[in-house]
Parts: sequence; C-alpha cells; structure tokens
Amino acid sequence: MSERTFRIWRGNPQDGGDFVEYTIDVQTGMVVLDCIHEIQKQHAPDLACRWNCKAGKCGSCSMEINGKPALSCMTRMNTFEEGETITVQPLKTFPVIRDLTNDVSWNYQQNKRIRPFAPRPRDPDGEHRMMQEDVDRVQEFRKCIECFLCQDMCHILRDRETQQNFAGPRFMVRLASLDMHPLDTDDRIQEVRDESGSGLCNITRCCTEACPEHINITDNAIIPLKERVVDRFYDPLMWLMRKLKPGNSREKTTVE
Amino acid sequence: MTTTTSATESRFGPRQGQKPQGGHVSAPLTTQRSDPWQIGPLLTLLGFGSFVVYVTFRAFQGLDYYSAPYLSPFYSPLVYANPEYYSGSPTFHALLGNLPAEALTMWQQMIAWLPLALPLSPAFFILIFPASFRGTCYYYRKAYYRSVVGSPAGCTVCPIAQGTYQGETRLLLIQNLHRYAMYFAVAFIFILGYDGWLSLWMPVDAQGASWVAGGGDPATYQFGFGVGSVVMMLNVVFLGGYTFGCHSWRHMIGGRLNRFASSSGETGLSYAVWKMTSWLNERHMLFAWVSLFWVMFTDFYIWAVCNGWITDLNSWSQTAAIGQ
Ligand code: SF4
Ligand code: SF4
Ligand code: FES
Ligand code: FES
Repeated sequence: MSERTFRIWRGNPQDGGDFVEYTIDVQTGMVVLDCIHEIQKQHAPDLACRWNCKAGKCGSCSMEINGKPALSCMTRMNTFEEGETITVQPLKTFPVIRDLTNDVSWNYQQNKRIRPFAPRPRDPDGEHRMMQEDVDRVQEFRKCIECFLCQDMCHILRDRETQQNFAGPRFMVRLASLDMHPLDTDDRIQEVRDESGSGLCNITRCCTEACPEHINITDNAIIPLKERVVDRFYDPLMWLMRKLKPGNSREKTTVE
Repeated sequence: MTTTTSATESRFGPRQGQKPQGGHVSAPLTTQRSDPWQIGPLLTLLGFGSFVVYVTFRAFQGLDYYSAPYLSPFYSPLVYANPEYYSGSPTFHALLGNLPAEALTMWQQMIAWLPLALPLSPAFFILIFPASFRGTCYYYRKAYYRSVVGSPAGCTVCPIAQGTYQGETRLLLIQNLHRYAMYFAVAFIFILGYDGWLSLWMPVDAQGASWVAGGGDPATYQFGFGVGSVVMMLNVVFLGGYTFGCHSWRHMIGGRLNRFASSSGETGLSYAVWKMTSWLNERHMLFAWVSLFWVMFTDFYIWAVCNGWITDLNSWSQTAAIGQ
C-alpha cells in the first residue's frame, strides 16, 4: 500500500477547466480506473468518467494517462515509478463532454459511410463456405473493441486540419476486413482512397502502438489497402495489364 | 444497399473545429508524455546520418572496393573498372571492362570547376537502386517522417509543421512506385548472391599465386573460403531478409488475393510464400537495420583488407603457408 498523487483534468467546454490533484492510498493490483473510482469515493463524487466491463473488452474507459491514450481499466499501477504523479486527461481528438468523458459520435458517422458486407450468393445447399486460411487475415480485424484509442492517437485526426478527409485507422481496419473478406463482392478501392483518405496516412504507426487488442493496424490493414490502391490507380504496368486483359487483374476489381 | 452521407456529416472533423480541451497542448513538439520519447527519433537520425556519411564517402572515394576474391556490395554489379584511380582494378570482374578513356575525360571536364578531384566512381551507378528502395520503403518512410520531418516526431507529440497536411497525396504520391524499386532490389539479391559464390573462388595467376592488384587477368580460380566469404554471404542473408519482408513484395506474391484456398481447401505456393513473407514482414524493421549495418560492415571489411588493416583469415593463405 502506498500513497499516490493523481493530476486529473476537470472541466467542460463551456466553463473551461484545469488539472486538480488528488492523493489516495493505492493497494497492490489496482488499475488506474480503480484509483479513479477511489477518488470519486473519497474526494470527488462528481468526477465524470466512462467505464463498463473493467476487463478491457467494452472499449469505454479510454483516456490519456501520462500523455498516452490507454484503457484505464488495463493500466496497472505498478507500471508507474514509485512517487510518480499520474496525469489523467480526456482524449484530445474528440470533443470533451465533461472531465474524462468525450463525445466520440464522429466515429459512428464514419462507420455509417462504409458500405456494409456484400457476400456472394450462397452455395446451392444454402451455405456460405470459406476456408480458414482465407479468413485468418480478417479475423485479426474482428478483435477490435472500438475503444477509439487509435483514432485518438492518429496525428491526422488529432492535430491536422485535414482531419475530416480521413476516416482514421479504426475504419481502415474495418474497410480492410471487408475488402479482404473471401465472400465480399463489393469493390471498395475507390472508396478507400477517395472517401476514407488512405493517402493521408503516412504510416507512422502510432495507431498500432495504441491498440489494446494488438491489431497490427498499419502493417496488416492500412499498408495492404494502400498497395491495393496502387494496383488500381498508380501502377502503370497494372493499368496496361487491365487494358490488355480486362477483368483478370484481381477478382474483385471492376475495371474502369 | 448504400448509405449515403449528408454533406454536414462529412464536413466536420473529430473536434469540429474546436481548440483542444482537456488540458492538451498544441505547440510544435510539445506533448504530455513524461517518458523520454526523444531517444527513438534521435537514435534513428544518428543511425541514418552515419550510414549516409559513410556511403557517400566510400562512393566518392572510388577506391579499395576489391580485394581478391571479395567485391564490396557498394560496387556490385561492377559495371566497369576505373584504372585511373586504382591501378589494380579487377578488370576481369567488371561487366564492361575498363572505363573508356573518353568517358573519363568527359567526366574530368564536367567536374573541372570543383575544388577537389572527384573520381567517376562505379558506385554511382549502383547505389541509386538500393537508395530508391530504402527511400520508399514503408518502414523507412515511417522512420524519416518521424525523425527527420517530425510528422509526428513521436506518438501524441505535436507535429513540427502546422500547415495544411497532405500526407502521401500530392508530391509524395511518388512513394507509390515503391514496388518498382523492389523489383530491382530482388535482382540485387541474386547479383550479391553470385558475388557470394565468387567469394569462394580465388583468382590465381599461372604460377598458382593469388591475384594481386595490377596483376592483369587471372589464369584460373581456386576454390576455398575465408572470413570475407562469410561476411559477404551473411550480407546476402540479411539483405534477403529485408527484401523478402517488403510490403510491396508481400502484396504482389499473395496479399492482393482474397482467396488462397481452392474450394477443396488446398492452398498453393502463393499462400506458403505469403506466410513466410509475413513472418519476415513482422521483423521488417529489424532486418532493415541489421542489413543496413551489415552492408556497411561488409564494405568496411573489404576496405580494411585492401589496406592491410585486417588480415583476412582464409583457406588460400593457409594452403599457401603449408605449401612453403
Ligand atoms: S499509421 Fe496512419 S492511421 Fe495510423 S496513426 Fe499513423 S497516420 Fe494515423
Ligand atoms: S483498432 Fe484497436 S485501438 Fe482502434 S478502436 Fe479497435 S481495438 Fe481500439
Ligand atoms: S471498462 Fe471496458 S474496456 Fe475498460
Ligand atoms: S522494403 Fe520496406 S516495405 Fe518494401
């Protein structure tokens, strides 16, 4: 058991806000979210924060801890130095509602822009069949818990004024999971470039560093999508091949 | 079914034009992180910097790139040998033999205004290929966007340039040609592999003595191996690990497909290659650095042997010693 100091941002967009310090006793095994609950109990019952599962699976307890986006329910207290003051802030990228809570609804709008799964017709016996090797790749993407830590971390959404032109890493993951799906028939490459802004990502990999599900966002979702965009729009040889032999370059590619 | 977006939905970004709240900062290079995030980009800069300085020096030097039977990777494939600067150029090793005298005169006229005499180094024709491969590599792009341009220098560190951000659209669309650099890089693996093979064959003269600088064309070649052969072969292994973990390679050999398995569940060659590539791809950064260091070391080793700073332990000198 030891005494720990927290600097927590308190406030709202109307009245502004500032950091407030709280000191509590921390027991072995506690995570940051436990400490926030302890602070609510002892000092600040009106401190706003979001949480749900406390098991790293619902994705609601995202905040910034010592400047890094993290799930507060999965950040153990023993990962900090003895005597280190722990700074806790709401996410930077999305509008603050109050204290540690953000309005992340922009993400749901992005999600709606993506055309849904469009499977090929069922086999004659009424089944959809796919091989394990073919779905392995998309299964990685299904681990996403929509915590939006990657969205918060991405410098395009976080710090750039062209942010509205980029759907963000979470939705590149979703697009990859659809575009690489063995049953999907929709052609999404134009959308990947023009609607979702794949060209804006400069593959600096912060999203991958943030992901609590360890999805290899940049290497397995974004870069493969960028390569598919190159096939379609930037590779002169591919263009020539499509002209000479239409419909053969990639199963899903509809030729312009 | 298609969901269309209303104009308002797509127009507004995440913070809808507000300044950051929540105690966040926005000035260039500021962050709330308390860990020493600067170390990563600084080490990268140092690593790159020393490599660029070393390679530039060695390429411009145009000397000491061949010590029989080892050829420096910076000079491979050796297009021509330049007798002007190295009397012992391995003419027999060069694809086009000696550099024609006219070309040399032309070059000297071109650089006459320079205060120092630059050799027309065969390395210039070679280094352009690996340079364009590494320069457009997805890993190196990350590395220099972070450590050179600060876009961003570290995660949650505010970017240096605060103007309109275009990412890899516009000017940087050129990065999309990475796969073309990759095709050449794959060819280089075979070329360097061939050099590795040649490093087992010591050129000797009619009397059976090792080829020395200025010794003309060798009479024959004698099989053996030395520390230099091992250094050169490891170079091929590391460069291969780097090249065959390339994202564009991974895409071309299988990643572009959505179905690897046939309807009976059989997966073919492209799946196997794709799996192996994915293993290397996960270690792409590691191979990028190891191969960068090793190619530099290979060149240095040969440079050092040329100058007698290091004596190459090898089977040829052993047999020569026993024979005496
Ligand atoms: S890799 Fe791309 S999507 Fe991920 S954080 Fe960097 S810029 Fe954003
Ligand atoms: S991809 Fe990872 S970081 Fe991004 S929302 Fe999903 S789980 Fe969270
Ligand atoms: S509370 Fe559910 S992920 Fe943290
Ligand atoms: S060599 Fe690094 S991605 Fe191609």
